[in-house]
Amino acid sequence: MNIYAIRVIYKYEMLRFRNTLMQSFASPVISTALYFVVFGSAIGSRMQEIDGVSYGTFIVPGLMMLTLLTQSIANASFAIFFPKFTGTIYEVMSAPISFFEILTGYVGAAATKSMIIGLVILATAGFFVPLNIAHPVWMMGFLILTCVSFSLFGFIIGLWATNFEKLQLIPMLVITPLVFLGGSFYTIDMLPPAWQTVTLFNPVVYLISGFRWSFFEVSDVSVGLSLFMILTFLTACLIVVWWMFKTGYRLKK
Amino acid sequence: MQAIVSISNLSKTYASGFQALKEVSLDIQQGEILALLGPNGAGKTTLISAICGLVNPSSGSVSVAGHDIVTDYRVTRSLIGLVPQELTLGSFDTVWETLNFSRGLFGKKPNPALIEHVLRELSLWDKKDSELMTLSGGMKRRVLIGKALVHEPRVLFLDEPTAGVDVELRKDMWELVRRLRESDVTIVLTTHYIEEAEEIADRVGVINNGELLLVEDKQALMHKLGKKQLLVELKESASHIPDVLAEWALELSADGKQLTYTYDSSNPHTGIASLLRTISDAGLLLKDIQTSQSSLEDIFVNLVMEKP
Ligand SMILES: Nc1ncnc2c1ncn2[C@@H]1O[C@H](COP(=O)(O)OP(=O)(O)O)[C@@H](O)[C@H]1O
Ligand SMILES: [Mg+2]
Repeated sequence: MNIYAIRVIYKYEMLRFRNTLMQSFASPVISTALYFVVFGSAIGSRMQEIDGVSYGTFIVPGLMMLTLLTQSIANASFAIFFPKFTGTIYEVMSAPISFFEILTGYVGAAATKSMIIGLVILATAGFFVPLNIAHPVWMMGFLILTCVSFSLFGFIIGLWATNFEKLQLIPMLVITPLVFLGGSFYTIDMLPPAWQTVTLFNPVVYLISGFRWSFFEVSDVSVGLSLFMILTFLTACLIVVWWMFKTGYRLKK
Repeated sequence: MQAIVSISNLSKTYASGFQALKEVSLDIQQGEILALLGPNGAGKTTLISAICGLVNPSSGSVSVAGHDIVTDYRVTRSLIGLVPQELTLGSFDTVWETLNFSRGLFGKKPNPALIEHVLRELSLWDKKDSELMTLSGGMKRRVLIGKALVHEPRVLFLDEPTAGVDVELRKDMWELVRRLRESDVTIVLTTHYIEEAEEIADRVGVINNGELLLVEDKQALMHKLGKKQLLVELKESASHIPDVLAEWALELSADGKQLTYTYDSSNPHTGIASLLRTISDAGLLLKDIQTSQSSLEDIFVNLVMEKP
């Protein structure tokens, strides 16, 4: 196990985060605050409670997920795309380091960053709405699993992308719609029956549902199913990355 | 001497279908300086990249210190330092940070004293806190060398180390290469300048079109390849070469107006002065003389044509 390599990659990535600390926090915190002003206070005050939870509070887990997903993907995809783009990746590829160690360094750092941002958003939300987390341990579990799996997913996108457009494509075209349609702002049973069925094909539904359960003990699908789905996604990403490294996809010629 | 890197029947065909290496076999001896000489596109970078794990070989195998580069990559890669051809460096990291990163990446525990030593060796110590993007091209090249050395490799690959480098740095670089060899580091460098190979290498491998044409001791190679010719133009055409000129093995042109003397640049005693004296003693009148040196191009053409 090349511990020193994991350590320098992780540190390097976290240092990059520290150097851009303001940008890293400012954007998610400001947009979250805006969501609460609009949905929590302005519109939320006219909305009825959902499953006994005020609307402003109800949207907290969904908003956190929105940020966790976009941040994890952005952080991890950029972390690997950039050295590939500038050519500095040659050093990592020629080092005595296994694919698992490379992943631990890059994905670990990306997941840590989005986890920190997620918790900052949670704290921000606490200023606007009353919060009561029913299952803090489950909440942290879902938070960590989500950050890790989507950082892995971002890592795949970063490896796959051959230019900046492609790097932006998936998060914009796929992730944002999936999160918005995944029940961030409503429960599934508020939709017409046909759409409820369609929605069940959206993987983000399971994430948000499970995460929301850890807060309020209400969910669209069972917690076990949520956990199963996220672990399946994690495993699928791991297999894809493993294959990419094994064949040298976009890394070796 | 024993081989530290052993390459056998290595071939590489890129995804485009282009075959960049054709059955290359080569033993790199422990402690030597080997120059891989070849024109652009010969396959030098491909060969180095395959050894370092950046290119997947299509067939063949490579071992470093007896370990296979695929199955034992942890061992082989930690023995190797690579200075790439392109100046690929980060932007915002400092010189010190980037060396520290490289050392960690190669699985060595932090060692500030060693980093200081390497930076001083490369005259980069006063730049240790500078951001990489503020450095000149020559300094970036030195940082890349530092990154390759800081994990204490046994074999150092320098891919076109003097491309775009000024005379001063080039001198420093050869100085460093010699010092490294004294500490028993094996050095493999690529170049397309024959003079460079001549200046620094112990052995020279000539590579063209993905084929390793020969690997030889530098002295022997220079003797073989470093041909020069003296062309003597005569005022009046000669019908034959006078017997007194036999020892120079001259060639007479068809019109009898030009004598060609082929000699070796590695031989300091070329006997040109006495040749010219003997020519005029033999009653032939000189009109003009000129010398020509076989270019790298000629050498390659010859080598390629010699191959059956
Ligand atoms: N990724 C690639 N795909 C296809 N052909 C390549 C690739 N990289 C290099 N080549 C070709 O392989 C040949 C050898 O290249 P290279 O090893 O870089 O030569 P050198 O370093 O001797 O100049 C060249 O003709 C080059 O165009
Ligand atoms: Mg090259």
